[in-house]
Amino acid sequence: MTVVDKPSRVGRIHAAFERAASEGRAALIPYMTAGYPDQEGFPAVAQELLKRADLMEIGLPYSDPLGDGPVIQKAGEQAILQGTSTRRTLQFVKELRPTTDVPLLIMTYINPVYAVGPEEFMRLAADAGVDGLILPDLPPDQDDEIRDLATRYGLGLTFLIAPTSTPARVQIVTEACTAFVYAVSVTGVTGAREGGALNEVPALVALARQHTTLPVAVGFGVKDALTARKVAVDADADGVVVGSAFIAAVKAGQDLGALADDIKGGCVKGG
Amino acid sequence: MTNAAHFISEFPLPDARGRFGRFGGRYVPETLIPALDELQAAYTAARNDPEFLAELDTLLREFVGRPSGLYLAENLTRRAGGAKIYLKREDLNHTGAHKINNCLGQALLAKRMGKKRIIAETGAGQHGVATATACALLGLDCVVYMGAEDIRRQSLNVFRMRLLGAEICEVTSGTSTLKDATNEAIRDWVTNVRSTFYILGSVVGPHPYPAMVRDFQSVIGEEVKVQMQALEGRSAPDAIVACVGGGSNAIGIFAPFAYLPPEQRPRLIGTEAAGEGVHTGRHAASVAGGKVGVLHGSMMYLMSDPEGQIIPAHSISAGLDYPGIGPEHCYYSTEGMAEYVPVTDAEALDALQLLAREEGIIPALETAHAIHYAMILAAELGTGKTVVVNLSGRGDKDVAEVARLLKGIESLGGVEA
Ligand SMILES: Cc1ncc(COP(=O)(O)O)c(C=O)c1O
Repeated sequence: MTVVDKPSRVGRIHAAFERAASEGRAALIPYMTAGYPDQEGFPAVAQELLKRADLMEIGLPYSDPLGDGPVIQKAGEQAILQGTSTRRTLQFVKELRPTTDVPLLIMTYINPVYAVGPEEFMRLAADAGVDGLILPDLPPDQDDEIRDLATRYGLGLTFLIAPTSTPARVQIVTEACTAFVYAVSVTGVTGAREGGALNEVPALVALARQHTTLPVAVGFGVKDALTARKVAVDADADGVVVGSAFIAAVKAGQDLGALADDIKGGCVKGG
Repeated sequence: MTNAAHFISEFPLPDARGRFGRFGGRYVPETLIPALDELQAAYTAARNDPEFLAELDTLLREFVGRPSGLYLAENLTRRAGGAKIYLKREDLNHTGAHKINNCLGQALLAKRMGKKRIIAETGAGQHGVATATACALLGLDCVVYMGAEDIRRQSLNVFRMRLLGAEICEVTSGTSTLKDATNEAIRDWVTNVRSTFYILGSVVGPHPYPAMVRDFQSVIGEEVKVQMQALEGRSAPDAIVACVGGGSNAIGIFAPFAYLPPEQRPRLIGTEAAGEGVHTGRHAASVAGGKVGVLHGSMMYLMSDPEGQIIPAHSISAGLDYPGIGPEHCYYSTEGMAEYVPVTDAEALDALQLLAREEGIIPALETAHAIHYAMILAAELGTGKTVVVNLSGRGDKDVAEVARLLKGIESLGGVEA
């Protein structure tokens, strides 16, 4: 899917999945809240993850993150308190952009997008070097303009499906995605949970594949090699998204690179 | 009074996509979309089912005590020196506020849908108490999310909920008030969506909540029509005043009049909490001081900074301490169907005392915001006109907080905070 001249943003996203697949892996997609643990520390944390990442999600912190569990909530609160605004988040992307070819995706809620104005937001994001957007509280049928604007500014769009999604919803959501499809592993918010979670993932990924040829990545609750393997191998997903576990590691002062290596090991298809 | 019997009012909006103009919609995680579809289908079936309507009607009459009175407040009228002031006595409902009208409707629906676990958010605790009450009555498990700050200032209601068998989850995220309790309730619902029914307490949230809560609350306005006809010989007063947090008591009394042709429509006035004053930034007046955005699943006027971060609301009354306002109110506002005016903490506190002394009714602090403006409006409209105030709740829950706020005021002599 690489384009002749410069790869397009959406092309860059698809190429990243293809490269991981060609290496026999599900793509590792770390999530990190912009400006976490603080403005000075964020670039180093991001680089540590980018070294291992196939794609990367950067969270634009929001005051009322309905889809997030306590770990990402607190990281966002802390980042906002320390002045991580929309513009500062996009500035971080701008600073990372020349250092990496890894696709950079902004994950945020719809209100910050509407506040700046959807078109202005897309323009600023494209300018900063963002490749795609993930908006967990925007079901695609709620806003037709967003999709047209994303197309116009060349940004990839990812919407979410969940274990509760009916085939009709999966159809609507997958049709609206241009970057990849994000399958939420459990009914719930982001963050690790105890017990037999992830059991519903294989069926969900299979359902998605009936409706789309786009890559299908799975997130929510992946925290280590074992849970990554469940997603990458048992469910045969194309990508594994990990957020809360990395944030918790930063908070605890653990070795982020080692954790990312470990999880990346779990993404290997044969293993 | 027959009007509550066996029907739920129909209104022209929302449209098929759950919109009131541009407002409303369903901005929620995809996990919830099938649950909202299921809820909408179940609600549509229930509201057309004579058995459901009869059961609700019986509960509203026998358990809640409906219809609530429409009482001519003569002392207040004399004091204002203008239009006649009628009080729609929702404070006399079982549990002390309008909230029970909606809770019984939703709890009956939950039972019909076979959901045994109920969750709710609460600010003042009135919706929490009403939900806990409905759950006790119908044998449902009840979990109520409440901000830590509200637990402090509405401690009487916390104890009532516990007595009724509800579990209280204290919320300490964000501002520890209603907004955050609502976030937490939505997160619970995303997690337990298959087993759980979320009884939302106001005309906010994703479609179909704003419409469904309005429908259950519109019994208030439908009764006013019949009562006004009997008392004044015409079904519509000249003006209706109600306080607006999320906006459920206001929509309940407005909606049956709002879609009348403009020349027949009474003036509809919602009082928003202006806190310490809209200019101070410490307020909860979403129309007066807000901008259009998305909160709790719905497009509405809300208080946010230029980059879309929600600004903490402030109000003396926990039930109005909310940075948004229901989508139908936003539509009324932009279409000129209703007006929204700010009323400050201090004005509400004075109005609470005024109503207590003039009429022997201690209103909730929320309701006191409406009383304040009704006095101004009655004077402005002049004699020969009528104003109906939705007396949304009684003030028992606020007595300790009011005593604390008035500490040192001699006239209360001896009351300890
Ligand atoms: C007595 C009373 N009035 C008004 C409100 C505000 O809610 P709403 O605007 O939905 O009527 C509350 C909320 O707790 C309340 O208890």
